[in-house]
Amino acid sequence: MDVFRRLKAYYWPFRRIAVLAVVSGILMTAVGLVRPLLLQWIIDRVLIAGHYHELSWLALSVILVSLVRGGFQFARSYLGHVFGSNSVYLLRNRLYQKLQSLSFSYYDRAKTGDLMSRLAGDVEIFRQFLAFGFLHLVDFFLLFSLTLALMLYLDWQLTLTVLAMMPLLAFLALRFHFKVRPAFTALRESLSEMSTTVQENITGVRTVKSFAREPQQIALFGARVRAYLERHMAATSIWSRYFPTMELMGNIGVLLLLWVGGRRVMSGALSIGELTAFFSYIWYLVVPLQQLGYHINNLTQSVASGQRILEILDTPRGIRDAPDAVDPGRIEGHVRFENVSLTYDDGTVALRDITLDVPAGSVVGILGPTGAGKTSLVSLIPRFYDATEGRVLVDGRDVRWLKLEALRRQVAVVFQETFLFSTSIRENIAFGRREASMEEIVAAARMAQAHEFIEELPDGYDTLVGERGLGLSGGQKQRIAIARAILADPRIVILDDATASVDMETEHAIQQALKQLMKGRTTFIIAHRISSVKDADQIIVLDEGRIVERGTHEELLALGGHYKRIYDVQFRDLESVRREAGARAGQSGGAAGQDGAGRRGGTGTAAKSALDPREVAEP
Amino acid sequence: MKEQAVRDVRERFVYPDDRAIEKPFDWRQMRRLLGYMAPYKRDVALAILVALAGTVATLVVPLFISRAIDHGITVGDGAVLARMALYLALCYFIWWVTAGVRIQLTNWVGQRVLRDMREQLFRHVQYLSFNFFDQRTAGSILVRIINDVNALQELFTNGVVNVFMDVLILTGIIAIMLSIHPGLALASMVVLPFMVLLSTELRRKIRRGWREVRIRLSRINSHLNEAIQGMRVTQAFVQEKENARFFDHINDDYRRWMNRSTKVSDLFGPVVEFTGAVGTCIVYWYGASLVIRGQITLGLLVAFVYYLGRFWEPISRLGMLYNQVLQAMASSERIFEFMDTQPSVAQRPDAITMPPIQGEIRFENVYFEYKEGRPALRGVDLHVKPGQTVALVGATGSGKTTIVNLICRFYDVTSGRVTIDGIDVRDVKLDSLRRQISIVLQDTFLFSGTIADNIRFGRPDATMEEVREACRAVGADRFIEAMPDGYETVVSERGSGLSLGQRQLISFARALLADPKILILDEATASVDTETELHIQQALERLLEGRTAIVVAHRLSTIRNADMIVVMDHGRVAERGTHDELMAKGGIYRSLVEAQFKFLEERPAG
Repeated sequence: MDVFRRLKAYYWPFRRIAVLAVVSGILMTAVGLVRPLLLQWIIDRVLIAGHYHELSWLALSVILVSLVRGGFQFARSYLGHVFGSNSVYLLRNRLYQKLQSLSFSYYDRAKTGDLMSRLAGDVEIFRQFLAFGFLHLVDFFLLFSLTLALMLYLDWQLTLTVLAMMPLLAFLALRFHFKVRPAFTALRESLSEMSTTVQENITGVRTVKSFAREPQQIALFGARVRAYLERHMAATSIWSRYFPTMELMGNIGVLLLLWVGGRRVMSGALSIGELTAFFSYIWYLVVPLQQLGYHINNLTQSVASGQRILEILDTPRGIRDAPDAVDPGRIEGHVRFENVSLTYDDGTVALRDITLDVPAGSVVGILGPTGAGKTSLVSLIPRFYDATEGRVLVDGRDVRWLKLEALRRQVAVVFQETFLFSTSIRENIAFGRREASMEEIVAAARMAQAHEFIEELPDGYDTLVGERGLGLSGGQKQRIAIARAILADPRIVILDDATASVDMETEHAIQQALKQLMKGRTTFIIAHRISSVKDADQIIVLDEGRIVERGTHEELLALGGHYKRIYDVQFRDLESVRREAGARAGQSGGAAGQDGAGRRGGTGTAAKSALDPREVAEP
Repeated sequence: MKEQAVRDVRERFVYPDDRAIEKPFDWRQMRRLLGYMAPYKRDVALAILVALAGTVATLVVPLFISRAIDHGITVGDGAVLARMALYLALCYFIWWVTAGVRIQLTNWVGQRVLRDMREQLFRHVQYLSFNFFDQRTAGSILVRIINDVNALQELFTNGVVNVFMDVLILTGIIAIMLSIHPGLALASMVVLPFMVLLSTELRRKIRRGWREVRIRLSRINSHLNEAIQGMRVTQAFVQEKENARFFDHINDDYRRWMNRSTKVSDLFGPVVEFTGAVGTCIVYWYGASLVIRGQITLGLLVAFVYYLGRFWEPISRLGMLYNQVLQAMASSERIFEFMDTQPSVAQRPDAITMPPIQGEIRFENVYFEYKEGRPALRGVDLHVKPGQTVALVGATGSGKTTIVNLICRFYDVTSGRVTIDGIDVRDVKLDSLRRQISIVLQDTFLFSGTIADNIRFGRPDATMEEVREACRAVGADRFIEAMPDGYETVVSERGSGLSLGQRQLISFARALLADPKILILDEATASVDTETELHIQQALERLLEGRTAIVVAHRLSTIRNADMIVVMDHGRVAERGTHDELMAKGGIYRSLVEAQFKFLEERPAG
């Protein structure tokens, strides 16, 4: 119950509505209890005692009672729903803000599926509990106890006889729900397995078809479908055993009433009208009991859901403004890392003692194998993470003392994996600057070499993209992301392997776009290709979180270390290009001493010659 | 400034809404649907019989009670009371037995029908051609196989049997009531039309309201899903406040619709009850006066009241069924649309089995268009000799992938022909052709299962030793054996948990194990680090050995090593030759290669 206390902030503002709903529910139940009494009075007072003048009044009361009860019923469920949806409205907004305040380290570990099941599933279960679950619980106790009291008042002996059945019914109801719940869980799992198989099959249809694997896939799906059928029948079998039996319990109650009650009427202890009333009242006891398991299930589920919601709300807030953070104004772009180390929450050490000075407007190339810490390094600048040790300075000020929003607005990142939102291309480009005019958007797209292909799309800039929108190629998405970064007009640009996932031809176009983006801005380029970083003002090579080499292209080549090795591997390819270039220009110097890279099978890792890079790159 | 005003918060993100959920009734479609029950008609008949027996048993209960009142309790005859109680017990017992059997039978029938339908649908979809999959998202196909089929569940499970049961209950009640007292029966049935109307029309209105609510809820969930995935972008561009504003907007929209729809739907119960109360009032009033005048007995009046109370249930169920049928019309229309789609690449009835392939591929003046009027290939001639490696180069959309698709006959040429060893690919059985060709796709797709299963994908009967051998050959053995479960490591959806390079090596092993005569390789573009790059290059060399290979190439090393480079441009072969020849020629190819090394060369001064 602690859960409800801790989630109080969301429903407490609407407590009046809830109280009104509960009161309406009580009145509804109370008025409803009158209904069987009306028939009793008609029988006992009008038909047997002969007070004929009371008939019309009693008959009309049926309508009156149903009107009053209906009014309360409506008030109760409508107010309940309003209570639920208003509370959850607050809760959802709060959750959303919470999600936005969590930092990258949270999302590194979080699984979208798990978060979604909390945000969609658990929130909805919680809403249902507020909207009607708790009202049902109130009803359950109220209806059961009021009916019982009334029955005991009418004839306590008969009531106790009938009541003998109730423990058994309650037991069955509970047992049923404990049995049927795992069966339904298994059924749901089976359904999701079936979905996964279909999903995989469709997404991987090219693979399936190219290996002519259709028959096996059909057989696999068939097995899943049969498993689903079996689980469904298992659940049905529980249902078919318990449901009729629980209903039978009520019927046995009727039978007992007829038998025992009938004899009591004959002996004069009970009136015939009262007996007929009992025939109705017994269901007022049986029906709630049949649903006992359901209610308990509901309550435990809501508590569990609330718990899972609280887990999100309780996550410590990530990176935020220091209390006395200052607005840096317009950033020049001088970035400095001082003895920076970074250890992630899970204990992985990403960076060790990095010191790096990047003057405003200069370009840094960052190379290194996967997992060397390249992305971690640049993520410290816009404070996606905070350094564990040491500090990161922008224009001489520790980033942790700057206003986060002002800092991030001046740092643009082009991520390795492009993410576009489900909206028009225009909105995606203007994502960082909503107030941008159409002219500015087009200008940014032009600079990003994206204008041309956007214009060719059916709806131009209004074309919807994203998950359910038009499928764009990797290169096209990447160029939109670059336009997005250009429009944001940052002072510092981070290109995290921005030309991955595009083909050779597109890469060229993108590099043109990047050049526009880099103009006059401090730039960090993460890349695997030497060609992307070769002309940077300084190049660093990272390995296991350390800077293992740094310098300019020429310096690093002369050093003969990691960089040189990467260079050799990649420039094997270039040798022939260079040779061709050399041959065409009638130069002979470059062509000497290489041709070993021959056709397939050349190892080529050994340096063929001391290539002069400037010569190499000459067009 | 005007522009800004127009771009209101509503436009920030766009989530297309769901489709129609109901369609008008159509007999032919209904017959086709019911046709799926034909194999189980004996079970259906049995279920109906059992249901009817149970129904009769419950229908007569009030009669026994009224008899017990009139001839037992009121006259003090204990024997009659005992006898009636016994009859009652018997009725309840019959109902208890039949209810269990009925539930089992109806579900058994319904679920088997759904199974048949699903399997048929899946089998059909599985054999549809690529253009079918091109036009649709995976999600939209999934929805039909899972959700649309599930939407028919109620109809097939309870629907058919319930119709018989409910009709019997209604006619039974009406008949019994008429036989007790026709006047009273007719008077109390005044409310019947209102009940029918409520259970169909009001209910439909309510359902439409809820549909609006659901659309809004799914909008919230779509956005949440996207917001989580794009959170890094949002934070990098400092758009938290803007997004929160948008979320508040859709969240509030949901709440409004929720409150609006509940208002209508919460009226349902009270209105139904009121209608029932009017009937009850009539029965009490008129019925009691009949008792007073001695025209019916007290017991019969009580029975009458019970029967009236049981009126609503079958009407309500029939009304629900009616709505279910309308929904089933929409679902089944979508299902049948898939089933009626014919594969565009169909196997000829007289197709021969492709003999063992030598590996000669020929394109003769091939034209192809995915969509009419948008040609993807315009007169391509190509000749690949057995054992040759051909690199296809060109911009996105120039026709590289199309060439690959035509060799495997994923599509049929619009004109011209594609032959392998001189045989037109349209003349052979599809699986005999594709079994001898392997494709390594850019984005390696791994199915959930073990790594060994995935490598065996093209040759399910391969031994473990062969699997290992293939992995060794492409250098995938090292990382696989380093994993705790080795080859038995279970990879999850899409192979997450493995790096890009690792996935690619697995796909090489998979292709190698299938030992194709023709290998098609759509080279991955994503950059990998230098070590992995080296592994992949070595693996590639091993993979291409002794086969005809068509490579949609992105790596200069692969391209340079090819026997022939084909440069595609707007659906035509623009240049062809070896690397040296094309470099010397100084055309498109040369400028492409040079562009690779030119970046940063003209970088403006910082």
